[in-house]
Amino acid sequence: MASLKELRNRIASVKATQKITKAMQMVAAAKLRKAQMAAEAARPYSERMAKVMANISAGMEGSENAPKLMAGTGSDQTHLLVVATAERGLCGGFNSSIARLARDKARKLMAEGKTVKMLCVGKKGYDALKMEFSGILLDVVTFREIKNVGFAQASQVSSQVLSMFDDGEYDVATLFYSEFQSVISQIPTAQQLIPATVPVVEDDVEAEDVHYEYEPSEEEILEDLLPRNISVQVFRAILENAASEQGARMSAMDNATRNAGEMIDKLTLSFNRQRQAQITKELIEIISGAEAL
Amino acid sequence: MSEAFSFELVSPEALVLGGEASEVVVPGSEGYFTVLANHSPFMTTIKPGIVDVKMSDGEAKRIFVRGGFADVSPAGFTLLAEQATMLEDFNMEELDEAIKAARDDVAASDGDKKSKAEAVLAQLEDSKSAVEMATAH
Repeated sequence: MASLKELRNRIASVKATQKITKAMQMVAAAKLRKAQMAAEAARPYSERMAKVMANISAGMEGSENAPKLMAGTGSDQTHLLVVATAERGLCGGFNSSIARLARDKARKLMAEGKTVKMLCVGKKGYDALKMEFSGILLDVVTFREIKNVGFAQASQVSSQVLSMFDDGEYDVATLFYSEFQSVISQIPTAQQLIPATVPVVEDDVEAEDVHYEYEPSEEEILEDLLPRNISVQVFRAILENAASEQGARMSAMDNATRNAGEMIDKLTLSFNRQRQAQITKELIEIISGAEAL
Repeated sequence: MSEAFSFELVSPEALVLGGEASEVVVPGSEGYFTVLANHSPFMTTIKPGIVDVKMSDGEAKRIFVRGGFADVSPAGFTLLAEQATMLEDFNMEELDEAIKAARDDVAASDGDKKSKAEAVLAQLEDSKSAVEMATAH
């Protein structure tokens, strides 16, 4: 049985931990609000982009001179997995669930005899994957020093992805990130980047009978548009990730704070019980000493 | 007073400008063009330059845009720009730095990469001259 002094120390240390987790939770909550706002601000652009993509590509369907980024290379032998995770830990299962999804996919592809390459965005994903896939992990991009990850960083990633595609280093690219649903639920998602999947846009009735004029030609616009679209998708993934990370951290820290509270209660109870036991013991000693006289 | 139509200027980071406009001048990749109400459906890429917007309440706005495309549909005019900055907030030093970095890129690379780097540099220099023109008068 721990002594009174030991118990008192433990209570103090758990209390200090609780203060830290509580503070982290509040910081995450504030950051989450900011990240959500950024994600919302980016939504109009990607929505419009999807609409325009759908418009143009509808006309390009099955056409011979469709750009490679859309039609693919005609093979699916080599896969590139772009794994976007957070830079920091202490956010529950956020990083590990993205890494797990990517790992399962990589294993499945390898079992099918395909070649797999990986590109990590974010340090934590790299840490989780480097053991198993050290041979095929090409690079890791980290934004650790950058406070607000903007579109410039996203296009830096996408230009790397694109230049590798231009060099014929892979056939299919898939992006892994975590979609933000709510504070308690973030869904790890895989999204195919190349060849481009045509977004399905509903309520497109009016657009169908509109005949657009293109300047320069449709093909050239599409060729300009597709790389941009990849940047947009990467950017969106980064923003979703940022919101998910803070959400996951918030609920993880909330749990930690609650656990610390429970622990303090338990420790305080046994502290009080022991103190009472000691008082009783001392009283008995005094009384029996007085009776002996 | 000319008819109004809905105009939106969107950058990846935010909706920069949205509302009713009466006239918008855009630096298209094949030359400047003006969009008025009831413009026929039209789509083009844009080059770096200044977008002149006349809102329907008479307010005029000038915005520097870089990289993107314009989509004129019956529903309205949407301008998607990779970068969009209000002209009065424009930071020339940043652009100068970007140009300098691009020059270094050109010097450091060769072959296919060089032509790409040169294209980036040309785009930046275009932006600079466009901004200088716009701020001069």
